[in-house]
Amino acid sequence: MSHSPLDQFKVKTLFELDIAGFDASFTNSSAFMLAIVLLISFFVIGGMSKASAVPTRWQSMVEMVYEFISSMLHEAAGREARKFFPFIFSLFMFVLFANLMGMIPYTFTVTSHIAVTFTLAAVIFVGVTVLGFINHGMGFLKLFVPTGVPMALMPILIVIEFISYLTRPISLSVRLFANMMAGHTMLKVLAGFVASLGVFGILPIVFITALTGLEIIIAILQAYVFAMLTCIYLNDAYHPSH
Amino acid sequence: MPQLDPNVFSPQIIWLVISFAILYLVMAKKALPQVAKTLGERETRIATDLDEAESHRLESVELEAAYEKTLAEAKAEAGGNLAVAREELKQGLDARKTKVNSDISARIEIAEAEVNKAKDEAMGDLENMAVEACRTIVSKLTGDDVNEKTARKAVKAKLSAALN
Repeated sequence: MSHSPLDQFKVKTLFELDIAGFDASFTNSSAFMLAIVLLISFFVIGGMSKASAVPTRWQSMVEMVYEFISSMLHEAAGREARKFFPFIFSLFMFVLFANLMGMIPYTFTVTSHIAVTFTLAAVIFVGVTVLGFINHGMGFLKLFVPTGVPMALMPILIVIEFISYLTRPISLSVRLFANMMAGHTMLKVLAGFVASLGVFGILPIVFITALTGLEIIIAILQAYVFAMLTCIYLNDAYHPSH
Repeated sequence: MPQLDPNVFSPQIIWLVISFAILYLVMAKKALPQVAKTLGERETRIATDLDEAESHRLESVELEAAYEKTLAEAKAEAGGNLAVAREELKQGLDARKTKVNSDISARIEIAEAEVNKAKDEAMGDLENMAVEACRTIVSKLTGDDVNEKTARKAVKAKLSAALN
């Protein structure tokens, strides 16, 4: 029996695998990632399987998510970013389902691992940077030059803008990872009090119940924030001038 | 923290890339086009329904205008017929009135003529009687025989003086 609140984040290898010299072992994390992919596919394809002009409840849910992401991308990044809609949609759904699935007891939360969130953030960061240079060439560097600022302040501001740009993948990934980890750890710590407090263990249970509601909101919110920031970064790649 | 164990990085990254690639392909190639198609179809359907409703509305406006026009025409025609009928009636009435009036005046004239004739006859008789009576009276009184001409002259003078 494991009692450490951090044990829930342990990656357990289910079977060893090696791809081109890299450790690609199939772990509980891999299993949950595949489960997430299956669930999302089931949700979207299943909802649209009997698609009609008058939607069923399931179809309405799929359409609502679709239009929500679609309008978010359109408002944040404009019309040109439309071709990234499948990516933003997949990203939002992946993070959302990973976060929500982690709320089920005894599950593994994929997004509570910095390796996962940082990989996503790094791909977004590199992708946006490359896209910016493809779209605007050296003009993309205007992103670091704020307009309407005295020339004397310019060198400092450019440095600040550049650093803030470089820290984007870190802030993006750490925000999600820390939120997920902190929430789950806190729930586990509080759950540990239930047994030790005996009769008064009812108090932490009430508290955990309330916190679970809050954690579900955070799970949805963090998925939204992650996708929203990606859209904003995409906007920079299309419209670099401030 | 198990998250910072470098041994778990590589399997997680590899499996993240694999699963996310699968998800992206499924979404981009199969799922999302289906949603977009359904939404597009609904939009088209709503647009055509709205167009249809608009054309029906225009049609009803046209029909109403035609109805109003027919009604106005019928009213005008009825009004015209009424005026014609009234005019005809009036003419008929006037004609009959004139005819009746002329009949009446003709009959009055005939009657007047008869009356005058009777009067003249009566007057003539009276004169003759007066002349006879005058001659008889004169011959009885004087024994003279007054000739008829003289007697008539005297009677006429007396009668006209009396009648006037």
